Amino acid sequence: MRSWLVQHVRVLLFTLRRLRATPVSSLLNILVIGIALSLPAGMYVLLQNVQSLAEQVAGTPQISVFLSMDASRDDIARIGKQLKQHEAVGQAEFVSREQALEQIKRTTGLTDVIGGLTQNPLPDAFVVYPKKLDSQALEALRNELQKWPRLEHVQLDSAWARKLEALLRFGRLAVLILAVLLSFALVAVTFNTIRLQILTRRDEIEVSKLIGATNAFIRRPFLYFGLLQGLLGGVAAWLIVVASVHLLNGSLAGLVQLYASNFTLRPPSADNTLALLGFSAYLGWLGAWLSVAQHLWRAEPH
Amino acid sequence: MIRFNQVYKRYPGGYEALKNVSFEISEGEMVFLTGHSGAGKSTLLNLIPAIERPNSGSVLVKGQNVGSLKGGALPYLRRNLGLVFQDHKLLFDRSVFDNVMLPLQICGFDHRESAKRVRAALDKVGLLPREKANPIALSGGEQQRLCIARAIVNRPSILLADEPTGNLDTDYAADIMGIFKSFHQVGVTLLIASHDENTLRRFGARTLTLKHGELQP
Ligand SMILES: Nc1ncnc2c1ncn2[C@@H]1O[C@H](COP(=O)(O)OP(=O)(O)OP(=O)(O)O)[C@@H](O)[C@H]1O
Ligand SMILES: [Mg+2]
Repeated sequence: MRSWLVQHVRVLLFTLRRLRATPVSSLLNILVIGIALSLPAGMYVLLQNVQSLAEQVAGTPQISVFLSMDASRDDIARIGKQLKQHEAVGQAEFVSREQALEQIKRTTGLTDVIGGLTQNPLPDAFVVYPKKLDSQALEALRNELQKWPRLEHVQLDSAWARKLEALLRFGRLAVLILAVLLSFALVAVTFNTIRLQILTRRDEIEVSKLIGATNAFIRRPFLYFGLLQGLLGGVAAWLIVVASVHLLNGSLAGLVQLYASNFTLRPPSADNTLALLGFSAYLGWLGAWLSVAQHLWRAEPH
Repeated sequence: MIRFNQVYKRYPGGYEALKNVSFEISEGEMVFLTGHSGAGKSTLLNLIPAIERPNSGSVLVKGQNVGSLKGGALPYLRRNLGLVFQDHKLLFDRSVFDNVMLPLQICGFDHRESAKRVRAALDKVGLLPREKANPIALSGGEQQRLCIARAIVNRPSILLADEPTGNLDTDYAADIMGIFKSFHQVGVTLLIASHDENTLRRFGARTLTLKHGELQP
């Protein structure tokens, strides 16, 4: 067990030395990996920010519940109570037909037209703020309310939410496709780096196998190299994204002041950072593994 | 210890390098393998660590049929064998010391214990003063002895040597044979391929002779 650990530590140190022995090509590789990964990672961070911005700007989605014209005061009180007790409802606000008429007068300037009306054509209404904001929950609530008696019409003001969700879904898909494509690129970069290393160490591999090295022993230093290079590439990608966010926030400050908003881009969260580093390290490891596996397979007589 | 049963080895291309070879070497024996160039000596030696596999017949090492060993089991077979290659197979990107270290690293030995063993092996072949040199700076005979040091550092119970005295003058050859004799005295089983008739005659050990792939009676 101890000797196993010592072996791994020795290989790790050896790998670090090898990275340092060719600083230019190591740096270039890390930079290529970092730039490739920073594209999907940066887009993802942007999407997250757009989502939280949209939620801020658009406020919470609401459901307008219009009562029948013949609803009595008792009906209104009962429905108000039922709404407030409903588990999916966060808040329910009563808007009387008089208030509604006043508001139309004020906001549209149609005072004369409305003054000519002999009776108020508007119904009493509730504005309902649901607890859950995803479109499925909203829709379910609407469908349920529609079945209540004394309600004329239930309107879901979530068209924007659905559009935004569709847009974000599209954005996420684009990020995913980009991430998959660039992952292949990363694996290819590592594959090639390791292939070149194998070429320069072909004799060592051959002799090692002849005197009893297992494939795991042969693979180990290359896997460490791929893993480490991928991890450092991930760190580079993270730095690029964080630096970009800071840069954009600087120029956003002027823009945002115009609209009196306090919007700033947030850097990737700790979770996302860990995921990025883990993923890039894994891809590096995978590229190295494939490269060594290919060499070992070709070196065997078949 | 080592046993060949009606072994045939045909190389891709159809050349029959070994034909119906059968023999047995018992534990602690020292045996010479001789024959003209191209007779199949290296081929025969390569069958024992399963570097090559027989087309038919069986090769048994300590009762184990090595011809049918799976790839994953080969390393553990080879760690029990000391191999001296005809073309040395030394690594010129590291020192004499590190070349001998390699088999111990492969087995995962403790570093300090390994260093002691490496020095002991180098001392045995008389290369201790050159431990920091690069093998490229060694003479042919010294390279041959380095290869022997690497083969014995693991303390194998079987030592296979392919032309360990090839191209060496008689004094050097006698040196190396002396080293082998000392292994023989501590119970190591040895199979040594050589076409150096002088040396063989001087030793008078059991000799297997190959001719065009066939064992001569
Ligand atoms: N990998 C190979 N592919 C095809 N033919 C081979 C291969 N290795 C050896 N041979 C052939 O098999 C025959 C035996 O070769 P081997 O190397 O065993 O001879 P040897 O007795 O060791 O000769 P030498 O004394 O010159 O080393 C030779 O004719 C050689 O050409
Ligand atoms: Mg030969």
